[in-house]
Amino acid sequence: MSEPDSGLKPSKPAFWNDPKVRALFFQVLLIVALGYFLMTIVDNTLENMRSRGITTGFAFLDEPAGFGILQSLIPYTEANTYGRTFVVGLLNTLLVSGLGIVLATIVGFIMGVARLSHNWLIAKLAALYIETFRNVPLLLQIFFWYFAVLGALPSVRQSLDLGLGIRFNNRGLYLPEPIPENGFSIVLWMVLIGFVVSRFVKRWARKRQDATGQPFPVFLTTLGLTFGLPLIAFLILGSPLHWEFPELKGFNFKGGMTIIPELLALLLALTIYTGTFIAETVRAGINSVSHGQTEAALALGLTRVQTLRLVIIPQAMRVIIPPLTSQYLNLTKNSSLATAVGYPDLVAVFMGTTLNQTGQAVEITAMTMAVYLTISLTISFFMNWYNKHVALIER
Amino acid sequence: MSKITSTLLLSSALALAANTVSADTLDSVKSKGFVQCGVSTGLPGFSNADKSGNWKGLDVDVCRAVAAATLGDASKVKFTPLTAKERFTALQSGEIDMLSRNTTWTLTRDASLGLNFAGVNYYDGQGFMVKKNLGVKSALELDGAAVCIQSGTTTELNLADYFRENGMKYKAITYDTSDATVKGFEAGRCDVLTSDQSQLYALRIKLKDPKSAIVLPEVISKEPLGPVVRQGDDKWFNIVKWSLFAMVNAEEMGVTSKNVDSMKNSKNPAIARLMGGQGEKLGLSDDWSYNIIKQVGNYGESFERNVGMGSPLKISRGLNALWKKGGLQYAPPIR
Repeated sequence: MSEPDSGLKPSKPAFWNDPKVRALFFQVLLIVALGYFLMTIVDNTLENMRSRGITTGFAFLDEPAGFGILQSLIPYTEANTYGRTFVVGLLNTLLVSGLGIVLATIVGFIMGVARLSHNWLIAKLAALYIETFRNVPLLLQIFFWYFAVLGALPSVRQSLDLGLGIRFNNRGLYLPEPIPENGFSIVLWMVLIGFVVSRFVKRWARKRQDATGQPFPVFLTTLGLTFGLPLIAFLILGSPLHWEFPELKGFNFKGGMTIIPELLALLLALTIYTGTFIAETVRAGINSVSHGQTEAALALGLTRVQTLRLVIIPQAMRVIIPPLTSQYLNLTKNSSLATAVGYPDLVAVFMGTTLNQTGQAVEITAMTMAVYLTISLTISFFMNWYNKHVALIER
Repeated sequence: MSKITSTLLLSSALALAANTVSADTLDSVKSKGFVQCGVSTGLPGFSNADKSGNWKGLDVDVCRAVAAATLGDASKVKFTPLTAKERFTALQSGEIDMLSRNTTWTLTRDASLGLNFAGVNYYDGQGFMVKKNLGVKSALELDGAAVCIQSGTTTELNLADYFRENGMKYKAITYDTSDATVKGFEAGRCDVLTSDQSQLYALRIKLKDPKSAIVLPEVISKEPLGPVVRQGDDKWFNIVKWSLFAMVNAEEMGVTSKNVDSMKNSKNPAIARLMGGQGEKLGLSDDWSYNIIKQVGNYGESFERNVGMGSPLKISRGLNALWKKGGLQYAPPIR
């Protein structure tokens, strides 16, 4: 019964032949080498800048900037610091990217669906739009909107009157500004309350439908609660809101809200350009759902709208979202082309003027890169979370 | 874009350059056989490429003078067109040997960028250009105006100072290049274009109808413009500095590109010193100044040819006349 030991128990290999030890060893080696490389680079850069008499450090952020910025979402004057110009630029970048993402998504979804339309004219028009704007460089489109379209608008004194106090000229779009009075906050609270209540209604409606099969008009109820409720409150309180209209004074219109043409041009170009890519993504997503799904849904007695909403779109979204994330990231990064038409975004204000006035290229470039990285990672993170939320749950 | 390229170049140059080596610009210029000179992207009179691609202008002549002094041939210059934003990074990173791009000498730039200003080749001041039909006669009537401006310039700071000082408001529309600035002004995006006065005249020629705009009389700042080199290479700093001084001294002594050959035998000791004998101290050949005057001309010639009466700009000497004639151009003696 005695079995020879040697045949069954594998002899332990020498530790340098152990795959686990080897893997660990090489990974540690790589990390040490990489760390040393980075440290050398940083150290060398600092040393060289010192020896060449180039100022280093972030002390410049506390110095007064002394230059004006065309558009700022927070109060800003020339007496503020370079640190504040960073924030102003950052907010302007976020503004144009945020608006761009929302608008490009809307345009993209409409155009993507339109290209699949059974109506020949609509499908061809959508195809024409996509093929034209997808294939022209973005910078060229920005110039086109800025110099050729918005630049060709009449001057201030011959402004176009679009009605409702809206004026449009080559200095921008002038809108009446809503000025809230006492009690307007109640209206805003009503919006929130209406929204929260409609969430509960939705949950209840689903439960009831699961139990009894009785559908409930959730969409209309939501609409009524979030808009109707505040509207009633607004009327009861006696319209606590008035409009400030832009008026021509001196060189320009004063009062009201102004949307500068730089923002308009950039937004138009980004929306229309990115919209084409989103449209193609949407088309691909919808095409990926096999036609059998539609037929099956119709056979079960769902209406066309229900088929689209409950069967096709949820499945299409799984294909659409990952490439959609890339488009959002592209749009955000492309917004840095703002500098070409003078829109004061982060690159124009901070990596442009501030860099030039202080000359601290390394610090400012590093900060700007860190900002874009952070924005991109945030978008990525959110979209990945959403993707997981809609992904097929496999059992 | 090129901004990012030059920043990356700067970072990598700074990161990878060995600590002990300090670059000798003169040696590198001699071994590659040309001077790499940073100029503007196109400013008539100062640095502008003509139809056949030759760079011309007052700033370009400083580059040519340095090439004549170091290599004996004023044509051995390669030009790098730079926007206002790119210029200092390009010089710091070693992409160019010298910068001659209507650059204002200020304390911050001199002290914190690792650069040295090698003199003043044009005394300028900031001014305003407005459309004639606005009927504005003085800069003090500009309250509430929209102002077109090129980014990355001292102009941006002066503008803010001037409007604050006079309790006026403005909107700055900041463009990347001077071409875009002119386009914006022409399209009516702004009421006023502000820049150094010399540039205003140069930019006005670029308008479709130059007569539709006027330059206001106010000058709101001091803008001494001059060539710039990297800090830490004193030999090269001296060469650029004295190339410019040689041109000014030559004008003062009446030596021109036409009479320079006959002046070679001048009995006047100061002229004799200018003509030769001082090159060794700068690390150059003895005919360095002769080459400058012969091939580029003296300061006065360069001025008239590029921005003065012999040019479309027709700017009078004004502050840029020699000190003897009531101007500010004054060069230390060559001795």
